[in-house]
Amino acid sequence: MFGLNGKDTLLLVAVALLVAFAPILMNPFPQGSALEIFNGGYPALMQRFVIFGIFAVGFNILFGLTGYLSFGHAAFLGAGSYAAMWMMKLLTINVIPALIFSVIIAGIISLAIGYVSLRRSGIYFSILTLAFAQMAFQLAQSVLQPITGGETGLQTNLNDPRILPQFLGGGSNVDGNIPKPSLFGLEMSSTYDLVMGPWTFVFNWGYYISGLMLLIALYISIRIFRSPFGMMLRSIKSNQQRLNYTGLNSRPYMLTAFVISGMYAGLAGGLLVAMDPQVGTERMQWTASGEVVLMTILGGVGTLIGPILGASVIKYIEDIFSKFNDTVLNIWFDFLPDGIVQDGFVWAISLFTGKQWHLASGVIFMLVIIFLPGGLVSLTKSIGDRVRRKPARDANDASTTPAE
Amino acid sequence: MSILEVKGVNKRFGGLQALGDVNLSVQEKTVHAIIGPNGAGKSTLLNCLVGKLIPDTGSVMFDGQSVLGRTPFEINQMGISRVFQTPEIFGDLTVMENMMIPCFAKRDGSFEMNAWGSVGSQKDIVEHAEEVLEDMNMADKRNMMASSMSRGDKRRLEIGMCLAQEPRLLLLDEPTAGMARADTNNTIDLLKEIKDTRDITIAIIEHDMHVVFSLAERITVLAQGTPLVEDVPDNIKGNPKVREAYLGEAQV
Ligand SMILES: Nc1ncnc2c1ncn2[C@@H]1O[C@H](COP(=O)(O)OP(=O)(O)OP(=O)(O)O)[C@@H](O)[C@H]1O
Ligand SMILES: [Mg+2]
Repeated sequence: MFGLNGKDTLLLVAVALLVAFAPILMNPFPQGSALEIFNGGYPALMQRFVIFGIFAVGFNILFGLTGYLSFGHAAFLGAGSYAAMWMMKLLTINVIPALIFSVIIAGIISLAIGYVSLRRSGIYFSILTLAFAQMAFQLAQSVLQPITGGETGLQTNLNDPRILPQFLGGGSNVDGNIPKPSLFGLEMSSTYDLVMGPWTFVFNWGYYISGLMLLIALYISIRIFRSPFGMMLRSIKSNQQRLNYTGLNSRPYMLTAFVISGMYAGLAGGLLVAMDPQVGTERMQWTASGEVVLMTILGGVGTLIGPILGASVIKYIEDIFSKFNDTVLNIWFDFLPDGIVQDGFVWAISLFTGKQWHLASGVIFMLVIIFLPGGLVSLTKSIGDRVRRKPARDANDASTTPAE
Repeated sequence: MSILEVKGVNKRFGGLQALGDVNLSVQEKTVHAIIGPNGAGKSTLLNCLVGKLIPDTGSVMFDGQSVLGRTPFEINQMGISRVFQTPEIFGDLTVMENMMIPCFAKRDGSFEMNAWGSVGSQKDIVEHAEEVLEDMNMADKRNMMASSMSRGDKRRLEIGMCLAQEPRLLLLDEPTAGMARADTNNTIDLLKEIKDTRDITIAIIEHDMHVVFSLAERITVLAQGTPLVEDVPDNIKGNPKVREAYLGEAQV
């Protein structure tokens, strides 16, 4: 289907189903239960699952296939956000021109940065990308303040020009409110609440738009992985010298991969603004570049769905663990004897939660690197193997059904 | 007619004169061996031919065109393929994928954006790669990861990858080094077959005299970066200067 082989089609369909039903799957705990805090099925978080999934899927096209580790992709994420913001300020609140523009701008900037950075390989390439991204960050804070809004950042305003207010259904700028990003007149923030007993499932328009983008992004990524171009990128990772002595110029291959991954980052940046119309320079900071590296490695470098998994896990930890506070923890560990034991537990856990959620993600990252060097995907794979092997053995025992 | 003309090539590494005034002329459609003791500058000379090193002085002409100042992939696209002293293959790719890459380079040139269709849908490339694998007797290994093969098979694959490009000049740097006798004999047979069935010129560096005398039509002896003699194999065998070069090494 769609020019994909059976296995890849299955993967894409599986991801599509997960995206479609995530609002239900991510909300397993009924309201009012002790575990409700672990529910991740609210729009703000699910949007970030898929948006950072797009970011990581694109990053993986560069890092996973070619092995070139960029530490500067936050620059493209930020550029995408600013580009989308300006489209929504100047042209229309409809998100389509905003997203297209964010991809184009990120593509142009990644072309420039990639062109220079790819003169070096290995650690020098990484350092160059980091240096460029830090320059972009500094520029955004200083010289480019008229475009970026400096430290305060940008948001949509009532008095933005918006020369095409009615474009493609326009937006919801009725009765003097700040218009909210929308598509075909439907706001990104519009939701439908499905109440089923103690459960409330929230279906959000913006999430499904982003989810659709993720599926398109993944589809393109699969095609690249299976194409001759993808094979060339893998051969660069394997032995760049051999490639050059085989008459192939690795530079344009690398640059194309770099720009594609930059455009993915731009799309992710644009979507972030479309979901929540504000952007500040921190989106371009080096920590954001590091985060996408972690996501990709955590999920599984060079695999198709690993990056999406990694992005979801990190965003989940960031949101959920930062919600924990001493009050919540004390309720949890109430069953423990009061006094030093309970306090000790609460204290120990609180080290990894609240503002210190980074510690929790650090520990998980460490465990994965040590025990699952292939990333979280290798976990799902070994479980899958175990599940598959078992019925096979049963079939052998029966010794009537021939092997497939 | 000579296909490769090396004139007055010098190359220094700091204080070391790796190549000193090298002149070499390789005739079209012959097998030309370059021999010499360790450190004589044989690999350095090859590096100067494929764009890995740039000589300090001198000229290197391939088929009437200078190769100097060109990048390795450009020189390869001119028609020079090289097998390295230690096999250089794509270890993380399958044997079949290894073979397809030079087929793409042959068909599409140095860069072609081919990011939408699957690799398998490139029927002519698949066919071409299969054909060369058959020629190399490696078809049964097509789905193996290249890094998991024996050294002899890796070398065979690398030679096959070079042949897939149908180069006019094939450069071999000690193709049988570290091989068992049987593998060496297989390689000799393979190279003989290549030489007999294709319009190809081969320049081979080799320590194994059995290989050299089985294949070479002309031999250049290199010692301390300078060609000592160049002649047909029979005259090289008894040449006292050659013995001296090798014996001199033995005494060190
Ligand atoms: N890149 C380099 N930098 C410095 N010295 C080098 C370099 N490459 C080769 N040399 C030196 O140049 C000399 C010639 O080396 P080369 O590898 O060409 O010898 P060779 O004839 O191929 O020997 P072998 O039979 O051992 O492969 C050696 O002394 C070597 O140490
Ligand atoms: Mg050598």
